Amino acid sequence: MILTKAQYDEIAQCLVSVPPTRQSLRKLKQRFPSQSQATLLSIFSQEYQKHIKRTHAKHHTSEAIESYYQRYLNGVVKNGAAPVLLDLANEVDYAPSLMARLILERFLQEHEETPPSKSIINSMLRDPSQIPDGVLANQVYQCIVNDCCYGPLVDCIKHAIGHEHEVLLRDLLLEKNLSFLDEDQLRAKGYDKTPDFILQVPVAVEGHIIHWIESKASFGDECSHHAYLHDQFWSYWNRDGISQCSSGWCGTPGLSDSSASATQSAGITGARKHFLPGIFMKCVCK
Amino acid sequence: MAAVLESLLREEVSVAAVVRWIARSTQGSEDNAGEAAALSSLRALRKEFVPFLLNFLREQSSRVLPQGPPTPAKTPGASAALPGRPGGPPRGSRGARSQLFPPTEAQSTAAEAPLARRGGRRRGPGPARERGGRGLEEGVSGESLPGAGGRRLRGSGSPSRPSLTLSDPPNLSNLEEFPPVGSVPPGPTGTKPSRRINPTPVSEERSLSKPKTCFTSPPISCVPSSQPSALDTSPWGLGLPPGCRSLQEEREMLRKERSKQLQQSPTPTCPTPELGSPLPSRTGSLTDEPADPARVSSRQRLELVALVYSSCIAENLVPNLFLELFFVFQLLTARRMVTAKDSDPELSPAVLDSLESPLFQSIHDCVFFAVQVLECHFQVLSNLDKGTLKLLAENERLLCFSPALQGRLRAAYEGSVAKVSLVMPPSTQAVSFQPETDNRANFSSDRAFHTFKKQRDVFYEVLREWEDHHEEPGWDFEKGLGSRIRAMMGQLSAACSHSHFVRLFQKQLLQMCQSPGGAGGTVLGEAPDVLSMLGADKLGRLWRLQERLMAPQSSGGPCPPPTFPGCQGFFRDFILSASSFQFNQHLMDSLSLKIQELNGLALPQHEPNDEDGESDVDWQGERKQFAVVLLSLRLLAKFLGFVAFLPYRGPEPPPTGELQDSILALRSQVPPVLDVRTLLQRGLQARRAVLTVPWLVEFLSFADHVVPLLEYYRDIFTLLLRLHRSLVLSQESEGKMCFLNKLLLLAVLGWLFQIPTVPEDLFFLEEGPSYAFEVDTVAPEHGLDNAPVVDQQLLYTCCPYIGELRKLLASWVSGSSGRSGGFMRKITPTTTTSLGAQPSQTSQGLQAQLAQAFFHNQPPSLRRTVEFVAERIGSNCVKHIKATLVADLVRQAESLLQEQLVTQGEEGGDPAQLLEILCSQLCPHGAQALALGREFCQRKSPGAVRALLPEETPAAVLSSAENIAVGLATEKACAWLSANITALIRREVKAAVSRTLRAQGPEPAARGERRGCSRACEHHAPLPSHLISEIKDVLSLAVGPRDPDEGVSPEHLEQLLGQLGQTLRCRQFLCPPAEQHLAKCSVELASLLVADQIPILGPPAQYRLERGQARRLLHMLLSLWKEDFQGPVPLQLLLSPRNVGLLADTRPREWDLLLFLLRELVEKGLMGRMEIEACLGSLHQAQWPGDFAEELATLSNLFLAEPHLPEPQLRACELVQPNRGTVLAQS
Repeated sequence: MILTKAQYDEIAQCLVSVPPTRQSLRKLKQRFPSQSQATLLSIFSQEYQKHIKRTHAKHHTSEAIESYYQRYLNGVVKNGAAPVLLDLANEVDYAPSLMARLILERFLQEHEETPPSKSIINSMLRDPSQIPDGVLANQVYQCIVNDCCYGPLVDCIKHAIGHEHEVLLRDLLLEKNLSFLDEDQLRAKGYDKTPDFILQVPVAVEGHIIHWIESKASFGDECSHHAYLHDQFWSYWNRDGISQCSSGWCGTPGLSDSSASATQSAGITGARKHFLPGIFMKCVCK
Repeated sequence: MAAVLESLLREEVSVAAVVRWIARSTQGSEDNAGEAAALSSLRALRKEFVPFLLNFLREQSSRVLPQGPPTPAKTPGASAALPGRPGGPPRGSRGARSQLFPPTEAQSTAAEAPLARRGGRRRGPGPARERGGRGLEEGVSGESLPGAGGRRLRGSGSPSRPSLTLSDPPNLSNLEEFPPVGSVPPGPTGTKPSRRINPTPVSEERSLSKPKTCFTSPPISCVPSSQPSALDTSPWGLGLPPGCRSLQEEREMLRKERSKQLQQSPTPTCPTPELGSPLPSRTGSLTDEPADPARVSSRQRLELVALVYSSCIAENLVPNLFLELFFVFQLLTARRMVTAKDSDPELSPAVLDSLESPLFQSIHDCVFFAVQVLECHFQVLSNLDKGTLKLLAENERLLCFSPALQGRLRAAYEGSVAKVSLVMPPSTQAVSFQPETDNRANFSSDRAFHTFKKQRDVFYEVLREWEDHHEEPGWDFEKGLGSRIRAMMGQLSAACSHSHFVRLFQKQLLQMCQSPGGAGGTVLGEAPDVLSMLGADKLGRLWRLQERLMAPQSSGGPCPPPTFPGCQGFFRDFILSASSFQFNQHLMDSLSLKIQELNGLALPQHEPNDEDGESDVDWQGERKQFAVVLLSLRLLAKFLGFVAFLPYRGPEPPPTGELQDSILALRSQVPPVLDVRTLLQRGLQARRAVLTVPWLVEFLSFADHVVPLLEYYRDIFTLLLRLHRSLVLSQESEGKMCFLNKLLLLAVLGWLFQIPTVPEDLFFLEEGPSYAFEVDTVAPEHGLDNAPVVDQQLLYTCCPYIGELRKLLASWVSGSSGRSGGFMRKITPTTTTSLGAQPSQTSQGLQAQLAQAFFHNQPPSLRRTVEFVAERIGSNCVKHIKATLVADLVRQAESLLQEQLVTQGEEGGDPAQLLEILCSQLCPHGAQALALGREFCQRKSPGAVRALLPEETPAAVLSSAENIAVGLATEKACAWLSANITALIRREVKAAVSRTLRAQGPEPAARGERRGCSRACEHHAPLPSHLISEIKDVLSLAVGPRDPDEGVSPEHLEQLLGQLGQTLRCRQFLCPPAEQHLAKCSVELASLLVADQIPILGPPAQYRLERGQARRLLHMLLSLWKEDFQGPVPLQLLLSPRNVGLLADTRPREWDLLLFLLRELVEKGLMGRMEIEACLGSLHQAQWPGDFAEELATLSNLFLAEPHLPEPQLRACELVQPNRGTVLAQS
């Protein structure tokens, strides 16, 4: 099953300033019952990340942080059990996990002599039990489990999806009897940046020659949207250096049917030209 | 000129303004009004500034550089005015210059010296001697020989000074210094008459290193005679007498000169002292004056001049970059000031800031100045070859004056891969019969065909005879071979025979002279047979050794005249002896054609931003191809130039006046032999200057005196000058020429500008409308110029004179080694034992010869095939060894490492130490590689050769080809293996060790035994990502906030845990981080179950999970933790304050599930009692509501009261007992 650009846009349209919570996702599911939860979540995540990238800076001014922290303190003094931090994040339109990190940092600054290191913060976010303040620990945990776009759990899910699809892809290749080198082998050969798989013998797919395959667990970002204006699923940049994307891989929205993974293709820019054109495989759901 | 320099020193104008002023005809808008005014008044002198500056520096340094005259030159009148001064009988620039171009000028210079020293403005008679005396026209302007500036090095400037009748203050103030000069000599001259010889070696090239050998002890003084070969390579083949003889001649000339001085010098009374004055530096050279940065006088002034000088160099305002560098190196390595600075106390500080006082008052000043200049040219220095960099980096003066520069040089040295070797194995092999051009069909008649056959034989006979005899003393080419060559030429009647012969001649020329070895002559010519027996390996070593031994031998100073070294001499002499008009014409035609063909060759081009390491190999190949083409072109162009201008050259000086005009009129009618102007223009447009200009320079270097005056060639020189000016090294940007490409062009152009026949007004007076060199806008984006095609090897091959820099530094090191401990390494003879036994060396050499002979008689394709097979099999062999032997060793290393780790415990010791232990155990096994490699080549090569050669190949040929292929492949593979196998094993083992250690370290989960999924597993389990997502949903529901209608059904929970079990059992998709998160989420879930915090869907009455269901779910979790998780499960989180705190919110509080869970954990061995006790203990420290803390205490007491090993029955009945915890809580 193919997700068209129009469908993608429609979904994205519904996601404008929606908090990244379970409830939002449920509403989205009701609105687009034909799409799987994973697809919707993936698009949601993608769109939300774009939104956060745009607005990130304004939440990181010292004034903003100070005002959030005061509101948090006032809130928990009134009622420590209420979802103070989560409500705050939703109210100011910021990701709950990121808000939790912000407040935690601020909290630690106040209570510790030395500014907290990034690794300590990360470790506390992964395991809020380490947070010295019980109330804050609960608040932070609540933010993390309720955030469906950011946070350690979401990161882990994304990572797991990536890994799973790499395994799926490998199985498919083995099943099709295609000889390939995987990332580890490539790295052992001294490649710095590698796609997931390089085919030792190129294959032709629908008239296009494929040299490598990269599986991505998330949708391509904006530059690919600009580069790709067709309603089609496949797109190729077979000519090196033509791609308008300067940063490397590109992808366009795609969605799989039930049997195979959604795939997308992309050329690779001149920057890494030791790879000939390949395919950029996008696995959204199974 | 002096005024400009003075105003600069007085800081009236800035350095930048001066450089702008020199470089551009118009004033830059950046200049401020004052500067502009100061400079515009001097506008007329603008062109003469650079020559003036160069001369000024040479003059100033003349006291330091031992060969120069003892004092700056004076006009006769000036010195006469100061009787106290030991006369400046200007032993002038001739001597100094000649030192730059010693081999050729040794004789002539000496002969001319007396004249030159008098006036210094006469023209040398011979072409090679011209350079010293050129640029005299400019001198007439009353300034100091602007043109000569670039050519003089140690030049005292004495010839120019006489004309410096302008009120030039320095002269007068210099006089103040002279007394001390005079004061030194009397002693030494009295005691050491040998010093009188002092000036003679000036004309020898290794002037710097010589003093210590020549004049310390008589036997060594004959050392120069060991350099006849260098002398022999004079451009026109004039064999020069051995060094000793020339020394004697020079002595003779000195005597003459002195007598002249006695007659003419205004201070004839004391010639001996001033002659002797430089000598202290000589004899004292073993104790060189140390340079001390603290004793530099007038730093600021030196800095300013250094800056102007550096800027001129950087802007390519000087004709020859490397000549200036050579000069600066000379200053850096100056051994001793002629006049001791300390004996000059009366020098008043007031004059220190102007030109009136000498710029270099001591060695310290010289070194300081040199280091200042070198600092500005680090980029050039860093691109010199590794040997030069090493010598520079180890120069203690540099270290002491600029540790920063020394550090950068050291870093550059360490990072440099530019090892340059100019000695290569010579290849003297006949051009084989070329069926496509040499067969009968290409000849008009049988007779012509047979004549050509005979000629071919005669030609090779002549060649062989030359090879055998040309190094014998007294052998003369013309006498020995001339008549035979002419007889042979006479037989070439038919025109087409000429073209055939010319083709052969040209091919042989390319074959013999193309390699640097060819240019260097048959280096081992004396005993080729013996040496060839040594075998390739030993031979290579011998060549390296020979190179080191020959290193000091100069190629003729930093600016040698064009020469025909080595085999090229044969071809030159052949052309001269043949003196056949037809032959020359055919040769020119053929050379022109070949040049055009090669010049137009489409060389592969690269995108300039390709920085991948992987394409390095390709690069090497393409660079090599470029080098071959360029060297061929240079060789062909050199001979074309030689032949083309042969009729017009002569030893007599160029005509002047009317005669010149008529010659010009005549010559301008003659079309050029090759339209080089167009080729140059096209080359520049196509950005292929790096290919076109070097050969064009070779061509032009043979031009006669009239050529530069012809309009056609004048255009070419103008183009070249503009190109030269545009090649500013510091401007590096996208689309510009690569640095080394620029350096090559600067070097060859600089060399060309020093060629005697190139008038120097060309350089200093030529002024185009704009110096900016405009490349045609339609030029391709990337030409050859933008590709890094030039490397140091090619640079030094094309411009061997750059190596003079290294020799200068080396001679400094060897000279100062006595004091500083020295960096010179002794060559320790060692007998190397190769890893494997080798066949006897003689048979090896003979085999190689046999193989050559075999190929010579077979079609070229056979050789290509065999070489290709050998190359591929050899390479495959190495790969095979890597994949088998090395991989096995790595596996051994891994198991050894595991053992080590087990025996040594967790830490396992220092990784580096571990690696050492492993390598010492494993590397000896590398010796097997050779045997395996040999076996591999033996097995694989014959089949490949057989498959590639035609079926019809005779059996004997086939088997020979197979054997050769096996041999070559084995040689190739074994050479690589024996050199690299240890390093390879080391590298691989190191990688394996770090891999193993990494796997050990931060990821303890990876250490434990990991079970894969069972063989029958179909991998249909839910994906981990899905499960994490699902569990996360449950957690978020439980933690809230949630809508009133939200919740989960107990069945869903059970199903979820079931799926979790499946996923954990099928490990296909599971990665460690996912498993960790699943473990953590499952613990969180358990905590929520215990605290009864999970909202349950269903009938409103049953909002809570039924107790039994909760226990069942907990049981499922316990079994997952126990059985299915392979990574650690953070069970202690169950007792974290936050999770226990969940219980505080439930009313009524129910402790029984927690107690149940704790007991089960202990029973299943998931957690130890002690561990739980510790967790419970730490819980007390947290702040709880009063009643909660109380209940908690009760719980822990209850848990602690349990028997340590409860019996199953007891536990079973406990399950049905009323909830003790609830009771407790309610009580």
